[in-house]
Amino acid sequence: MEDLLNALVLYSNFVIVPGLAYGSQLALGALGVTLIYSILRFSNFAHGDTMAFGAMLTILVTWWFQSMGISAGPLPTALLALPFGIIGTVIFALVTDRMVYRFYRKVKAPNIVMMMASVGVMFVMNGVVRVVIGPQEQRFADGERFIIKARAFKEMTGLNEGLAIRTTQAITVVVAVIVVAILFWFLQKSRTGKAMRAYADNEDLALLSGINPDKVVMAAWIIAATLATIAGVLYGLDKSFKPFTYFQLLLPIFAAAIVGGIGNPLGAIAGGFVIAFSEMGFTYAYKKFLFYLMPDGSAPSGLMQLLSTDYKFAVSFMILVLVLLVRPTGIFRGKVL
Amino acid sequence: MKNVALFALMGLAFVGAGEFQSWSFSLTILNLCLISAIMALGVNIQWGYAGIFNVGIMGFAALGGAAAVLVNAAPVPEAWAAGGAGIGASLVAALAVIGLIVLIRKKLRGSLRRYATIAVVIGGYFAVRAVYGPAVNAIEAVDPAKTGYLGGLGLPITISWAVGGVFAAGGAWVVGKVALGLRSDYLAIATLGISEIIIAVLKNEDWLTRGVKNVSTLKPDVPTAIEFQGSEWFLGIAQSLEADPIVASGIAVKLIYAVLFAIVLGGLLWLSERALNSPWGRMMRAIRDNRDSAQAMGKDVTKRHLQTFIIGSAVVGIAGAMLTTLDMQFTPGTYNPLRFTFLIWVMVIVGGSGNNWGSILGGFLIWFVWIEAERFGPIVMELATSGMDPESALKSSLMDSAAHLRLFLMGIILLLVLRFSPRGLIPEK
Repeated sequence: MEDLLNALVLYSNFVIVPGLAYGSQLALGALGVTLIYSILRFSNFAHGDTMAFGAMLTILVTWWFQSMGISAGPLPTALLALPFGIIGTVIFALVTDRMVYRFYRKVKAPNIVMMMASVGVMFVMNGVVRVVIGPQEQRFADGERFIIKARAFKEMTGLNEGLAIRTTQAITVVVAVIVVAILFWFLQKSRTGKAMRAYADNEDLALLSGINPDKVVMAAWIIAATLATIAGVLYGLDKSFKPFTYFQLLLPIFAAAIVGGIGNPLGAIAGGFVIAFSEMGFTYAYKKFLFYLMPDGSAPSGLMQLLSTDYKFAVSFMILVLVLLVRPTGIFRGKVL
Repeated sequence: MKNVALFALMGLAFVGAGEFQSWSFSLTILNLCLISAIMALGVNIQWGYAGIFNVGIMGFAALGGAAAVLVNAAPVPEAWAAGGAGIGASLVAALAVIGLIVLIRKKLRGSLRRYATIAVVIGGYFAVRAVYGPAVNAIEAVDPAKTGYLGGLGLPITISWAVGGVFAAGGAWVVGKVALGLRSDYLAIATLGISEIIIAVLKNEDWLTRGVKNVSTLKPDVPTAIEFQGSEWFLGIAQSLEADPIVASGIAVKLIYAVLFAIVLGGLLWLSERALNSPWGRMMRAIRDNRDSAQAMGKDVTKRHLQTFIIGSAVVGIAGAMLTTLDMQFTPGTYNPLRFTFLIWVMVIVGGSGNNWGSILGGFLIWFVWIEAERFGPIVMELATSGMDPESALKSSLMDSAAHLRLFLMGIILLLVLRFSPRGLIPEK
C-alpha cells in the first residue's frame, strides 16, 4: 500500500504536476492560434514570438517595479507587471494588423500569403526581442518559491517520496482557469463574442447580418495578444525566458491546436493537455516508479525511459501525424484546413 | 537586360566588400552565397514549380551535412566490432516491423486491423530497442573522448555531395509519403516538426555522427592553406604578386571552393532550367496554378508533388553536404530554423518565386545582406544611441545585441517584398 502511494506521489511530482502547468501554458498558446485561424484564416507563425514579445515587456516592467521596491508579497512581481505587458503586446498586434495583414484581407489573398507575411512578422518580433533584451536566458520569478516543499511533504505524510509544488505551477493553473473561464463567457454571452463565432462559422452570412468585420478582427487580435502574453509570462515564470525556446514552442502549440481540432477553443485546451502529458509521459524515466510497483522490490535494469528527453518534439509530432491520419478534424471536430 | 544589371550589381557588391573590407572576407561570403543559392534553388523547385510549402529545409540540409561525415570520416574498426552487428540487427528488426505493419494494413480489415497495428507498433518498438540499446552503448564506450561512433567510409568528401543529395531525397520520400497529402498549413507544420526531429536525432545519436561532440577529423580534397604555404611554386607566385603568402594561401583555398561550388550551381541551374521548360515543367505549373483541372486532365497530382518534393530536397541536401565540406565540421547544434529554413524562404521570395535565376540572385543578395548587416548593425546602433550616456547599462546592452538587428531587417525586407513586389526581383516569365 505504501509502495503504491510512493509510486503515485513520485509520478505526480515528476509528471502530473509539471504536466498540468505545461499543459495550461500550451492550452493558452493554442487558444490564440486557433482564434486567429478561425477569424483570419491563416496559421500564425509569429505566435511564439508574440509570446516572447509579451513576456519581454512584462519582464522589463517587472525589473522596473523591483527597482522601485514594489512587490506582490509571496506572489511573483511579474503578475503586477502582466497588465502592462498585455497592453503593449495588444498595441503591437493591432499595429501589425494595420500595417501588414489588413492589406491581404482586402485583396483576399490566399491564406498561404498571409502565412508568409506572418513569417516576416516573426522575423521582426524575433529581432526586436533579441535587440531589446538579448538572446540569453532570463529568470524573473521572485516571491515565495514553493507552496509545498518535498521535504515538508515527506515529513507530513511519512512517505519516502516527496511532492513539491512550486508557486509558479499553482499560479499557472489558477490563472489559466480564470482566463479560460472569462474567454468562454465572452465568446458565449457577449455581443462581440457572438459576432466572432458567427464570423468564424460563416463569413458571408455574418457580413450579411451586419457584423462589422473590422471589429471582429480587432477583437481577435486583442484576445490573441492577451492570451499570448499570459502564456508567455506563465511559461517564463515556470521555467525561464529565452527567445529561442519561445520560437520552438510553436510546434507543440500548433500540434495542440490541430490535435484538439483547429478553430475549436475547447479542442485547443484539450490538445494542450494531450500534448503536454504525452511529452512528459513518454520522456519520463520509469525506473523508480516501477521499483515501487514491483512486488519483490527489485529495480528494473535501465532507465525504463520510452524516449530520451531530447526527443520531446518527436512526441508532439507523432501525435500530430497520428491525428491527421486517423481523424483529420481533431478530437473536437474542428475545421479541416 | 535588367536581370544582367542586377547580377552585375551583385558582383560589384563583392568587389566592394573585397576592396573596402578584405578579399578573404568577400570570398567567404561568396562561398556561402553559392551554397545559399543552391538551397534557394531547391526550395524554388518545390515552391515555384509545384507550390509546396516546405518549412523543413533545415532538416534536409542537415541530412546532407551528416552525409559528409559518414562518407569522409575515418572508419572506427573497434566500434564496428563492438556494436556494428547490433546496429545492423536492429536495422533489420526495424525493417521487419515496418514490413509487418504494411502487411497488416494490406491483409486485415476493420477493427482487427487497427488493434493489430497498434500491437505491432508497441511490441516492435520494444523489440527494436532491446537490440539497439546495448549496441549503441557498446559503440559509444569505444574511446569516447576521440571516437565513440562508427565512423565513416574514409572516402573523398566531394563524393558526399552526391550522397547528401541521396540522403535528403530518401528523407524527403518518407516525409512526402506521410505529409504531402495534407493541405498547405498542415504540410508547413508537419515539415517544421520533421526538421526539428532530424536535428534532434543528429544531436543525440552519438554513435552515428558523434552528435554535439562533432567530428573534427574530416579531410578536405582541395589543398589546405598550410600546403600552399609549403609549396615552392605558390610562394613564387605570391612573391611576384607582392602578396603576403599567408593571406594569399587562404584566398587561394577559398577561390578553389568558389570555383567548385560555382560548377555545381551552374550544373543544377542548367538542369532546373531544362526541367522548367520541358513538358514536365509545364505540367508542374499547370498543377500549381489549378490543381483540380490538372487532376481532371489525368495528371497524378500526389505523385508529381512527391517527385518535386524529393528533387527539391535532394538539391538542398547537396548544398548541406557542401556546407559541411566548407566548414570541415558538422555541428548539429548550430542548425537553427531561422537561419536554415526561414532565411532561405526570404531568399526565394525576394529573388522571385518560380524563377530559377531569381532564386539564385535572392540567395546571393540575402546572404550578403545577412552577413554585412551583422557587421553594420553595431554601427547603426552606435548612431542611434549616440545621444545616450556612453557609460549607461542600456546603451551597452543595446550595443551587445545590435547584431540581432539583422533579423529585424530580414523581416522588414520580406514584408516589403511581399506587399509591394510579390513577384520578386526577377519575376517568373
